[in-house]
Amino acid sequence: MALNWFKYSSPASFYPLAGRLAPWFGVAAALLTLTGLYLGFFVAPTDYKQGEAYRIIFIHVPAAWMSMFIYLVMAFYAGLGLVFNTRLSAFMARALAPTGALFTFISLWTGALWGKPMWGAWWVWDARLTSELILLFLYLGFISLQAAIEDPRRAARASGLLALIGAVNVPIIYFSVQWWNTLHQGASISMSQGSAMAATMLTAMLVMTLAFWMYTIAVVLTRVRCEILERERHSEWVAEVASRETR
Amino acid sequence: MEMSGIGLLSGTRNILARDLTLAGRRITDVLTTLFFFVIVVSLFPLGVGPEMNTLRMIAPGILWVAALLATMLSLGRLFTADYIDGTLEQMLLSPQPLSLIVLGKVAAHWLVTGAPLVLMSPLLGLQFGLGGAALGVLMLTLLIGTPVLSLVGAMGAALTLGLRGGGALISLLVLPLYIPVLIFGAGAVEAVASGLEAGAHLSLLGALLVLALCFGPWVTAAALRISLE
Repeated sequence: MALNWFKYSSPASFYPLAGRLAPWFGVAAALLTLTGLYLGFFVAPTDYKQGEAYRIIFIHVPAAWMSMFIYLVMAFYAGLGLVFNTRLSAFMARALAPTGALFTFISLWTGALWGKPMWGAWWVWDARLTSELILLFLYLGFISLQAAIEDPRRAARASGLLALIGAVNVPIIYFSVQWWNTLHQGASISMSQGSAMAATMLTAMLVMTLAFWMYTIAVVLTRVRCEILERERHSEWVAEVASRETR
Repeated sequence: MEMSGIGLLSGTRNILARDLTLAGRRITDVLTTLFFFVIVVSLFPLGVGPEMNTLRMIAPGILWVAALLATMLSLGRLFTADYIDGTLEQMLLSPQPLSLIVLGKVAAHWLVTGAPLVLMSPLLGLQFGLGGAALGVLMLTLLIGTPVLSLVGAMGAALTLGLRGGGALISLLVLPLYIPVLIFGAGAVEAVASGLEAGAHLSLLGALLVLALCFGPWVTAAALRISLE
């Protein structure tokens, strides 16, 4: 049974599995999003200081969490791909990058929308905002390096190494940006939430995080399926799949 | 063909001497990077205005950002020529560890791009009205920081080797990784200029240098192997 784990590391056996799982994760994502948004918009109490505008955190904070988490998962798969030379890991890393970049962008965008009523500015050079912006650059670097290399094998290995370099640098960048911010402290800004948050708010946020998670898995599985088909298009089993599905 | 410890380091030394000779034969390449640094720095007063107090305040950031850009611009030279004429492939096949060869090449790159920037910086700092202590710290931070830029940049250069549009791509890969060096380098100068201690900044810059020295050549060697596979 010890080798069972590796069964699905072969693209041919992962393809049907991903196809069976993806719709379920998609349905879970839809249901959880509806629940989370309902809890966040209708059940959670109005914040006494920030009014109704605070409700954007139910999208903003989960998106920010996911953006960082996805980078780590991506680097993990990239490392697996480099060490064990499994092609599926490289596919996974490649499929995760656009979703990670999307969540980074969403968290920056909703952060700007939230910042305007709260701080009176669309953008401030807060440590968290700045490191999120740098994370977006890291994602874009990963995606562009992959796009620039034509040989798919080299693209996978080179971008995998880049993801690992980025993962090592993320904490260094994060702490240096934090320190830079405390040194430059112009207008002192702190996001005053935290301990005083109502239980329903926390629940809504966690439900939304779970929803984003399910969405990520569904999208990544679908993207990996496309990737597998494209890369294995000359193999026999893809021809079989194609003839079965067009029939 | 002796393969002792001395033999290993002499390989690094030979690569260093070779790259320096090659750079000496094409001295304009070296000067172009230096002039780029000077021109970018001189553009800022024209854009911001000649108000000396403003300029003094933003001088550390400007000088450091210009140093980042100048180093980045010269990264293409690091491996490209050797890649095109096949020398790099021979280096990969040689019995010397590739990371030590990379170390030699990066050292040569720093000597022809980073070191001139260090020497030039006090002159430019004077134009921005920086005081004596700040000028000294500016040179010191560049002396510690520019080798990190060369070491980190080498990874990007190795990953983008031989790609179309490699120049623009390398900036996307490398500049985010340069941010900590920029923060601590410019931060140290700013601290001294406003009468504070710069010790913590300098220690952190030194830590970055040690990290980059330990892992940079090794990662670059891995990237070169991937690119030349």
